[in-house]
Amino acid sequence: MAIGTGRKERIDELAERAGDIAVEKAKTEDVGVSLAASAFRRLRRNPVFLLGAGIIVVFIVVAVLSPWLAPHDPAARELTDQVIKARNEIPPPQAGHPLGGDEQGRDLLSRLLVGSQQTLLVGVLATMFGLAGGLVMGTMAGALAGWVDSLVMRAVDVMLSVPGILLAVSIAALFPRPTIFTVIVAVAMIQVPVFARLLRGSMLSQRASDHVLAARALGVKPRAVVFRHMLPNALGPVIVQSTLVLAIAIIDAAALSFLGLGNPDDNKPEWGQMLGNSQAVIDSHPHLAFLPAACIITVALGFTLVGESLRDALDPKNRR
Amino acid sequence: MLRYSVRRLLQLVAVLAVLSLLLFAWLRSLPGGPVSALLGERATEESRHNLRAQLGLDQPIFIQYLKFLGRALSGDFGISTGVQSGDSAVAIFVQRFPATIELAVIALAIAVAIGIPLGYMAARRRDSFLDNISVVSSLIGVAVPVFFLAYLLKYVFAEQLHWLPDSGRQTGDLEATRVTGFFILDGILTREWDASLDAFLHLILPAIALATIPFAVIFRITRAAVLDVLNEDYVRTARAKGLTQQVIRSRHVLRNALLPVVTTIGLQTGGLLAGAILTEKVFAYPGLGEAVALSFQKRDYPVLQMLVLTAAMVYVLVNLAVDLSYAVIDPRVRTR
Repeated sequence: MAIGTGRKERIDELAERAGDIAVEKAKTEDVGVSLAASAFRRLRRNPVFLLGAGIIVVFIVVAVLSPWLAPHDPAARELTDQVIKARNEIPPPQAGHPLGGDEQGRDLLSRLLVGSQQTLLVGVLATMFGLAGGLVMGTMAGALAGWVDSLVMRAVDVMLSVPGILLAVSIAALFPRPTIFTVIVAVAMIQVPVFARLLRGSMLSQRASDHVLAARALGVKPRAVVFRHMLPNALGPVIVQSTLVLAIAIIDAAALSFLGLGNPDDNKPEWGQMLGNSQAVIDSHPHLAFLPAACIITVALGFTLVGESLRDALDPKNRR
Repeated sequence: MLRYSVRRLLQLVAVLAVLSLLLFAWLRSLPGGPVSALLGERATEESRHNLRAQLGLDQPIFIQYLKFLGRALSGDFGISTGVQSGDSAVAIFVQRFPATIELAVIALAIAVAIGIPLGYMAARRRDSFLDNISVVSSLIGVAVPVFFLAYLLKYVFAEQLHWLPDSGRQTGDLEATRVTGFFILDGILTREWDASLDAFLHLILPAIALATIPFAVIFRITRAAVLDVLNEDYVRTARAKGLTQQVIRSRHVLRNALLPVVTTIGLQTGGLLAGAILTEKVFAYPGLGEAVALSFQKRDYPVLQMLVLTAAMVYVLVNLAVDLSYAVIDPRVRTR
């Protein structure tokens, strides 16, 4: 096990496993079952994976269908007449509005349903941007090695040395006013060094593998060696990490909203934003915080369960 | 060992150099630029012009960078413009630093005191009820936003049950002598036990909220490490030699399994600092984390830049210390 600083440790260890997987694959070739097939077979029977996958499927279906599922327009202030600021009253549950309204008289159920859409968007885009950044940096470091590697990895060290939320806050501070886009970029930046380091380690173990040596010996162009032979095989742990990052991204986006850095436009609701905005009324109406929080926790748990069980399934140690 | 330490120290210098460069670039790219960052947005055109000349913003960029480095090295980060207007950023840091350390140390102590024994027991009884329930709760622990958990604790135990105080570091009208700035320690030093106890009660809820994520991580690493070690040949050998379970557990299993755990504890510092931003804000706990939250809201860039730099430095230094201690514990590291 390589000894390094900080989070790197864990990331490097994950990357090393990619190498182990390749080795294990070769060893068990005669059994006639690929690692992916055997992993899938075990996953199908794993209740943890099934629970997580179920949560994710429901989440995505709700997000896609929410415009039709929502009984009301999430931005319409239909119940404003029941909001009494002086007495701190908000619309209670009533016919047509099973969860009542929020502090501005908008239907809470509709906001929760439609909120899944923006939440999914923030999670997926932040993960994709983080992945893209990490992919560029990690591929450069792993493929070019030498001084490029050193330079990229020092940059990664620096990014890892600033605690996640603080990094996101610093990035968000660069924009004159927060939007959903600044939230996505800030959350993605936290993950760039994680992906970069993971991919670099994975690439390095590919570099040392026999099939890459064979490709080189056959005179395959360096560019093709990197993109056709090394990168596709190095992506495994990165993809597993993405599921875990999706959960973290949704939670981090909520934390940014809580710190007042979230998207201020709440006509298109997002769970993190609903949770962050509920601070002002949390003492008198805790359900305005608890409901979006419960949604976030459930979805984050879903992605975490899938990510963890995928990682276990792909770990050759657990084969058998 | 010496060569290893020197190499790590050189890496540290490289990281800090890149960090300072990025911080410099960051400060210059903030909306309004460094002048607005230092003077605030309401400054007059004249004072802006003066400051621009004073900061040497008309000079070549690398000279500006060197000057920035010089100021940072001499501890001059400017005057706070929002968090505690008028105080120097360094004074705010010195005043709040003990609060966050106190909180972080207690949170880490909780995480370690529960995480390691639980991880060990879960691994020993793999797939038992205890194992499953603790694995699931560690996964849930990671899925709950820290600030929401903090709210939940505050709501239930402070506002509904009134068992514990809901904010601050100490009850306002309590008379306590300040010695070190660490309130619990101050109470012990001056034998004002009530002050110590009061400060401790204020710490319980934020510390529990802050401890969840380090707990989940430490628990899972301990569990995985113990599972790995239990399968090692030397454990089987020890058992074959007829050593008692107790000796095998303490000398062979626990000792080897704790190596990765030590590293993990070191890398929790970053997470603790990040979590402190959210937790301290919920409990209005006057530490560095609250200063970060406030400094962003009030666009107090002198304070924010110093906190970013110090957070990174603390993280890098703690991890350096962990790596060096690791080299002492595990002789294989030194030869790499």
